[in-house]
Amino acid sequence: MCYVSLRNVNIKNISNFAFQTGYFLISMADLKIALEFGGGAEVLVGNQKVHEVAFPSKNKVWTIGDLLYWIKDNILKERPELFLQDGSVRPGILVLVNDADWELMDTVNYELKSNDRIVFISTLHGG
Amino acid sequence: MSVSEDTQQLLTEIKRLREELAIKEKHLHDLQTEPCNCKYLENNDFTTDEIIRYSRQMIMPQVQIDGQARLKRGKILIIGAGGLGCPAALYLTSAGVGEITLVDYDEVELSNLHRQILHSENDINIPKVQSASDKLKNINNNVRVIPLKVHADSNTLSRIIQDDKYDVVLDCSDNVATRYLVNDVCVMNDIPLVSGSALQMEGQLTVYHHNSGPCYRCLFPVPPPPHTVTNCGDGGVLGPIPGVIGVLQALEALKILVQLPDVLSGRLLLFDGSTTTFRNIKLRPRNEKCEVCGVNPTITKLIDYEQFCGASAHDKVVNIDIITFAEQTDVKDFPQDLQNNIVIDVRPELEYKMCSLPGTFNFPYSLIIKDCDKVRKFVESKVQDGVTDIYFLCRRGNDSQRAMLYMKENINFEAVQYHNIKGGLHAYSKYIDPSFPVY
Repeated sequence: MCYVSLRNVNIKNISNFAFQTGYFLISMADLKIALEFGGGAEVLVGNQKVHEVAFPSKNKVWTIGDLLYWIKDNILKERPELFLQDGSVRPGILVLVNDADWELMDTVNYELKSNDRIVFISTLHGG
Repeated sequence: MSVSEDTQQLLTEIKRLREELAIKEKHLHDLQTEPCNCKYLENNDFTTDEIIRYSRQMIMPQVQIDGQARLKRGKILIIGAGGLGCPAALYLTSAGVGEITLVDYDEVELSNLHRQILHSENDINIPKVQSASDKLKNINNNVRVIPLKVHADSNTLSRIIQDDKYDVVLDCSDNVATRYLVNDVCVMNDIPLVSGSALQMEGQLTVYHHNSGPCYRCLFPVPPPPHTVTNCGDGGVLGPIPGVIGVLQALEALKILVQLPDVLSGRLLLFDGSTTTFRNIKLRPRNEKCEVCGVNPTITKLIDYEQFCGASAHDKVVNIDIITFAEQTDVKDFPQDLQNNIVIDVRPELEYKMCSLPGTFNFPYSLIIKDCDKVRKFVESKVQDGVTDIYFLCRRGNDSQRAMLYMKENINFEAVQYHNIKGGLHAYSKYIDPSFPVY
């Protein structure tokens, strides 16, 4: 319902408007993202390549750094050191944000947005 | 494989006749096609046959006669004549690249044939580079194919690079150490590197050190921990996966030689054969602080790459020896009596289902260390039945040692003696029954 009245509002002001008025009816609550694992990294998360997840996002910004620990605590099925190392992913895993190398997106500091697709791809060496 | 003397004799004779036939066919071909440059061309670059042969690509606006001339002048170095190297070399040879050098130390094995498409049944045990170059010369005799049966390491590769000036290098290798080596060689000699890899149902492809793009080290400054790396021998690979990637490596190499735009540099192609999807990823730019291609490189000559990666520069399994001599059982003493002895095969279930020794029991190593209750109960019941000796078995005798050690530390029964079958099923096939498949 507040979509209608917000239609012409500058995107930047939406959240301010919402907080000020308390009209936060469209649930900004859930941050929905798709996690994908490939190149063998799916073995770390129970051999499932795609994970659709939603985070409560009210008053909270989620970075990929937060996401890494969420993965470790919630879906990682193998030893943490096979995925994490020094607060980042271990060498040999490439992280992609919507089909771009996360190095182009400030790596662990990237703030997740709804419908983002985050891919963890293990590099292959076979031939 | 066990073959009777008659079969062996016939095989040898057929092989000899084939070789004789090949020589005569080549002789005939040479007589029939005396090379003579076509007088209808502006310059004298091509024979009439070459124009006909390459016409389907030469009439493309992207190639034209100049592009074909660049291909003919082109020199390509291919590291690895396996699943990637075979299809890549096949297309580059067919396209009329001037000179192709193949580097590989291995011999052809039966388990290579499902994906390494230049090799055939008659090539088992001969060097891959020889088998490959024989086929390539048959396909296009205009191309100078140079087979080098050497292991690609810092010494050999720097010599090979010094001897000839290559326009493009293809990394068709199968291990991490060689990938760093080939990258550094290419950066130091300023040669674009077309890098492909494949495993199971997935493949990856990119071009390093081309048009100021990133190199392998810009992306992966630190090598992966060795135990996280899976090779084709352990993980398996479906033939068309390296086929697709190898063919695309040839495509990128041709684009570089012809000087076409939009080479796959600064981008990574991910191919997932399980869903038949391709994904093109934008990569980070060249890292100015890169140790090898940065502004002030710290690696200016080749290093020891096996040491750097903590892993050998091949995809063979390195055997371990982590138990005592007394605990090792020679495969020749494989227990006959399977009443008082039991044999636990610790390979993955799907490998056990593919082939196994009768009377053995399957408890995969990964399951034993995850949840040892099942195997504990099993052993307990067997102990009550009077079993005194338990033998551990796997493909090569490495995981069985690990499983045995784990059992010794976690599930120890006074009355039971643990043993490891040294060398595993490979040794069984070699010393007891060659009809058990070595895979």
